Amino acid sequence: MSATLAPFPTDFPAAPISRRLVGYLRLARDNGFAVGVREGLDALRLARAVDLSRPHQLRWGLRALLCSRKADWARFDELFDAYWLRRGMKRAALIDGETGRHGASKDLGGAGGLAEAPAREGNDAAAAPGSGKSDGASTAETLSTTDFRHLNDPDQLAQVYALTERLAARMRARLTRRERQRRKGHRLDLRNTIHKSLGTGGVPMRLAFRARRAKPLRLVAILDVSGSMSLYSTFFLRFLRGVIDNFHDAEAFVFHTRLVHISPALRERDFERALERMSLISAGWSGGTRIGDSLATFNDNYAAQVLNSRSVVMIVSDGYDTGAPEKLAGELARLRRRAKRVIWLNPMIGWRDYEPVARGMTAALPHLDLFAPAHNLESLAALEPYLARL
Amino acid sequence: MEPSRDDLHRGFTEAGYIASSELIMAISLMRRLARPLLIEGDAGVGKTEVAKTLAVALDRPLIRLQCYEGLDANAAVYEWNYQRQLLAIKIWETEQVSAAEKERHVFEEAFLLRRPLLEAISQDVPPVLLIDEVDRADEEFEAYLLEVLSDFQITIPELGTITAKSIPYVILTSNGTRELSDALRRRCLYHYVEYPSEDKEMRIVAARVPDMEPALAAQVVRFVQAIRREDLEKKPGIAETLDWARALVGHDIADLEAEPELVRDTLLCLLKTRADSAAVSREVVERILGKAV
Repeated sequence: MSATLAPFPTDFPAAPISRRLVGYLRLARDNGFAVGVREGLDALRLARAVDLSRPHQLRWGLRALLCSRKADWARFDELFDAYWLRRGMKRAALIDGETGRHGASKDLGGAGGLAEAPAREGNDAAAAPGSGKSDGASTAETLSTTDFRHLNDPDQLAQVYALTERLAARMRARLTRRERQRRKGHRLDLRNTIHKSLGTGGVPMRLAFRARRAKPLRLVAILDVSGSMSLYSTFFLRFLRGVIDNFHDAEAFVFHTRLVHISPALRERDFERALERMSLISAGWSGGTRIGDSLATFNDNYAAQVLNSRSVVMIVSDGYDTGAPEKLAGELARLRRRAKRVIWLNPMIGWRDYEPVARGMTAALPHLDLFAPAHNLESLAALEPYLARL
Repeated sequence: MEPSRDDLHRGFTEAGYIASSELIMAISLMRRLARPLLIEGDAGVGKTEVAKTLAVALDRPLIRLQCYEGLDANAAVYEWNYQRQLLAIKIWETEQVSAAEKERHVFEEAFLLRRPLLEAISQDVPPVLLIDEVDRADEEFEAYLLEVLSDFQITIPELGTITAKSIPYVILTSNGTRELSDALRRRCLYHYVEYPSEDKEMRIVAARVPDMEPALAAQVVRFVQAIRREDLEKKPGIAETLDWARALVGHDIADLEAEPELVRDTLLCLLKTRADSAAVSREVVERILGKAV
């Protein structure tokens, strides 16, 4: 690749390289690279330091400067070629919304017709068989024992959404308090002991102790959004959003036929917009649920990053899997080796006479630390003491 | 005096590290832009080696901070030598000196234990500071590190603020155990180390295991390249290739294909998990050997 730089635009006959560079930085920023004022200045400084007749040098320099993760590294060349070497211009100039971390919200927000999927999901929930159980009930207490699929009144829904998010917040608060109470020091803090001893002529009368820093739990939620779960997925998305907002360290994934990381989308301030982004992510899925394959994706691509010894993995699914049960069992076993706990929430347990007969579910059971219902708020709240004990 | 890119290239080659021009560019920019360099890549591709080689190439001391979960300022920045302080207080007990004077005395620099970060900024010539596996440290430490790396000064309450005598070459490596914060990433130049190409790996083996026959080295490299394409939990890195090459040299082999048994037996140099060694069965070895040679 010995191509030279594309010529400067003719309407700026004396346009210095910096003008071209600024244009490039703007393009890079629009494409989700982290470009701030400092990066701009450094890029100019860099341009002065390299031999501009050899575009490779500029490429290497800018690549080191502008990239900040592997994904950036991989897509840098295309953007560079498009701008500086006028190659494949059309493709790269398209702003890639899904990978763009910084520009993403701006770019997606304006797009029309994207709210289709959340609307559909909402309708599903609203059109759910509204059996008499929740008729007229509007107090939080009744709501908390009502199966999610029996809720259909918009007011009730709004209340349950709020409760769900608050529940997630409370879980976090409880966990933190527990951690603090455990903070009784066991190791002598020599530094402070000596400080205190100065007043008594060097005799350590008052001892200072050091507390072991407790680390909060890290929650990783993996949510099934397949057709069979559609009555519940909106609620759990709300719940996950509450979790993401309140836990310092939480990650959320959804799967259907494949696994998608949705934490960035959930962090969107406006929940409607978050749903919008998610509908983009999940658009056009069809076919059966592939729990095993989705977990394999998780184990291969994300586990190393998001799991540590303090992680609790929460899988929310009804266990109806069209893949091989052995695959599911194998992946769960791998998962369990990495995480502190693997819990599986199944909304169907709440149904009367439910037995985990789904083949996938049977295969999964031996690899779970907890298999619990999650069909109403009460059952979600019951998780809290379990998590607090960990 | 800044080393030119050519100097760096030469230095790296002489130290036995085959560096891409891109990496050399990133290193030369560290100095010019006063930014640390964050190196990511799979395990065993030689991330740590970059810092070690840079220290050799520049003839500077290498100061290494190995990160781990629970790493705190005491282990990374500085600590007072409490035992000596206690002793000093005892010794001074009988002297007619005021308590304030005693306090000043025990918080002198002589009682300070310098940990890597403090050590790195108090050198006269800029050293190479390697912050290894920064993703293992906690978020709190990462935030502190960010502060040190932008200001290059450290505040010790008893002594005041210590400003860097020289700005070290800072190299951070990460294995992706935890996602690093965007702030730290933005602060750093970035370099991603991939598994080497066949040609590059060949040159690495030639540089590091010089007493290996070139023909055998070529076989070894082709075998490793092929095994990386298998579905493994832990793909062998360059370190593993070199280990294996050295093991084979020790066994005095001339041709891999002639010794499938020995290849299978020495594979423990390349495959580090049980699942992987089970996955690479005899048949697989023979298939790869058939292709590799």
